[in-house]
Amino acid sequence: MQADTSAAGGTPVLRLSGITKSFPGVRALNGVGLELFPGQVTALIGENGAGKSTIVKILTGIYQPDEGVIQVNGRETRFPTAQAAGEAGVTAIHQETVLFDELTVAENIFIGHAPRGRFGLIDTRRMENEARRLLASIGADLDPRQRLRELGIASKHLVAIARALSIDAQVVIMDEPTAALSHKEIHELYELVEKLKAQGKAILFISHKFDEIFRIADRWTVFRDGQYVGAGLMSEVDEARLVQLMVGREVDQIYPKRHAEIGAPVLTVAGYSHPTEFDDIGFTLHRGEILGFYGLVGAGRSEVMQALFGITRPSKGACRVDGQVMVLRSTAEAVNAGIVYVPEDRGRQGAVKGLPIFQNVTLPSLNRTSRSGFLRLAEEFAMARDYTQRLDLRAASLDQDIGLLSGGNQQKVVIAKWLATKPRIIILDEPTKGIDIGSKAAVHDFMSELAAEGLAVIMVSSEIPEVLGMSDRVIVMREGRIAAEFTGDQMTPENLVRAAAGIEGAAA
Amino acid sequence: MTDISMNKSAPVAKGRQIPDRLTSGWKRGLKSWEALLLVVAVAIFIFNSFASPYFLDPWSLSDASFNFTEKAMIAFAMALLIIAGDIDLSVASIMALVSTVMGVAMGLGASTPVLVFLGLGTGLLCGAFNGVLVAGMGLPSIVVTIGTMSLFRGISYIVLGDGAFTGYPADFAFFGQGYVWWVITFELVLFALFAVLFGLLLHGTSFGRMVYAIGNNATAARFSGIRVNRVRFILFLLTGVMSAIAAICLTSRLGSTRPSIAQGFELEVVTMVVLGGVSILGGSGSIPGVVLAALIMGLLTFGLGLLNVPGIVMSIIIGALLIGVIALPRLWKMVRR
Repeated sequence: MQADTSAAGGTPVLRLSGITKSFPGVRALNGVGLELFPGQVTALIGENGAGKSTIVKILTGIYQPDEGVIQVNGRETRFPTAQAAGEAGVTAIHQETVLFDELTVAENIFIGHAPRGRFGLIDTRRMENEARRLLASIGADLDPRQRLRELGIASKHLVAIARALSIDAQVVIMDEPTAALSHKEIHELYELVEKLKAQGKAILFISHKFDEIFRIADRWTVFRDGQYVGAGLMSEVDEARLVQLMVGREVDQIYPKRHAEIGAPVLTVAGYSHPTEFDDIGFTLHRGEILGFYGLVGAGRSEVMQALFGITRPSKGACRVDGQVMVLRSTAEAVNAGIVYVPEDRGRQGAVKGLPIFQNVTLPSLNRTSRSGFLRLAEEFAMARDYTQRLDLRAASLDQDIGLLSGGNQQKVVIAKWLATKPRIIILDEPTKGIDIGSKAAVHDFMSELAAEGLAVIMVSSEIPEVLGMSDRVIVMREGRIAAEFTGDQMTPENLVRAAAGIEGAAA
Repeated sequence: MTDISMNKSAPVAKGRQIPDRLTSGWKRGLKSWEALLLVVAVAIFIFNSFASPYFLDPWSLSDASFNFTEKAMIAFAMALLIIAGDIDLSVASIMALVSTVMGVAMGLGASTPVLVFLGLGTGLLCGAFNGVLVAGMGLPSIVVTIGTMSLFRGISYIVLGDGAFTGYPADFAFFGQGYVWWVITFELVLFALFAVLFGLLLHGTSFGRMVYAIGNNATAARFSGIRVNRVRFILFLLTGVMSAIAAICLTSRLGSTRPSIAQGFELEVVTMVVLGGVSILGGSGSIPGVVLAALIMGLLTFGLGLLNVPGIVMSIIIGALLIGVIALPRLWKMVRR
């Protein structure tokens, strides 16, 4: 362990430089750098998709960078496996920490490196004593023999931290550790972070919550779109500056937003609530309007939309289409009411892989392409031809399995499928996530065209340029509630980020 | 089936024309699993006719059809169920329960129409019971139907013990013993009728399309506005009713009910479905394939019987066939590449 724990910095325990990582179609990280110092907390800040999770996976040996250098204590090294990362002293506590429910606290702490006794058997007594000592050192009052299943999330975090200490980690990564914790538990976590700092650990703290970043971090690093934007000391920066760095790019893409006449209200939602996912959601959607929904991952946007599509049922609240109250018990009823939903999870919820393109298109419209229950292939092909052409689909034939298409073309088929039902309201959930730039433009273009034709469009998106570029109005959700609504000049990146993160003074 | 068809009347939009199909129907048909089954069926037929002088006799062939007709009727419904991603292992036990209910009713003096009505009703109820547990409560079908497999037959054992019901009305015998014309049995006619009906249902209706969609991706099917659980429930009902029809035929043919009636049928039914090219994982398969598989299994059993192959060897062959057909499609796919 480094002896130098001065707050001024000293030498970094861990230094990443020039890290690049690409996935098919996406460059997740592009030459980023990161430095972690002993006894200090470095906050890693960025929007969804900025590359934070990717860097954590590289640090823990799950992904291998395409390019770039990892140095531990000044020496260049590689983490080919998760185990190698652990041996080098890097450990991570994830949002959903990977622990074993059926094992005891002590077994979880020492899994993979339990103290051995004679004949190579696990020395249970020594393991439990060590576990007790480790837990005491972080002020956790837990019985090492208790099964993990019986513990709450906060206690599980403590076990994960004890595990990190048991391998004598120099670097502890905390990926949104407070996301699932209560107020009191968060407070205890802060105290623990202080203890770890005092022990000279370098901590990488990933969070969307500015209040907690300012409370516990010593340093900051900002990523944006897989790029390194900047780093520095927390004492030399304020919220406004960080927000600006997070989002402060020019809108480098031209959005094909056309002028559409905003008409009468089509959909009115009032007091929509769900026991766990969302609370008191109310808004009105008009003909010809594109209404953007922005928020952090987990803010409850998709859940609200799926309730409107009849997947989940709200516990309270009403939804009116053209003034008529609708009770949506199934997706079939939602489709009949004219509400359709293009899901975020295309592979699982959107495309029926194994069925050809034309059958995917006609699936919700079978009652129109058949006569008294009997299919009419000619009509099916005609419908599929018509709508896929409007979306500029690229495929070898309409009889091709949809699973063979690229993500962007699959998305076009899913949108075509819904347009064929002649909906009144179309909900697009992260419509351009993970698709190539060409298809992205086609989807944006088409969205604009639909609104111009008088369709009411809801677009859930976590990409600020997309939300701002395409929407007439933006609703920001936070923790299952509507946090703010912006129109016109109020629609700025700063306002959206502040409202989504719950920063004071965002009200406009 | 049209080849590459360019529709000129379609509105000219910005996108490019995408052809409907690239390969024509019959070209695909040649490479299909069904084509292979047909070759196998013909080969077995030819082999059998050389191996035994009795094979080509119309009356013995007619007798041989009983080897598969009852099982095949269930296999049609089972094929739809398996394509949709479920399975029903309780079909043979439904048959036992249906037969037992009819036996009890016969003891009380019920006439043939009443017996048939009660039998069909029992099958429907059994199917509904499975359907509620699987589609309604979301339990896995394989576990549910292993449970009801014991449950339904267990009821028969309680009612019958070591005994048997005999003495069905004379006109009840028609279903399993009657001839419609010359050597054509009533069961064979039913088999052909249901082959056509299920073929139309699966390949020609929107219901059939939904079955394929659910089997390939039930979540996406639900997200496409399909009432997935309703379709699954209907499939369990259909399987129950088809098991009842098979039970009526079998009871009529045997003229008696024992609790061990139709024991082990479920495995032969599943074998038939899988041999017919239905993916055990759901999502693909066809009724013509199942028809051919039924013929193959019938011809094979009959041929082996003519050659005096003992029953135990026959079940070894059926077992090998089941494993073989699950491995073969994979090999077949490799060959086709």
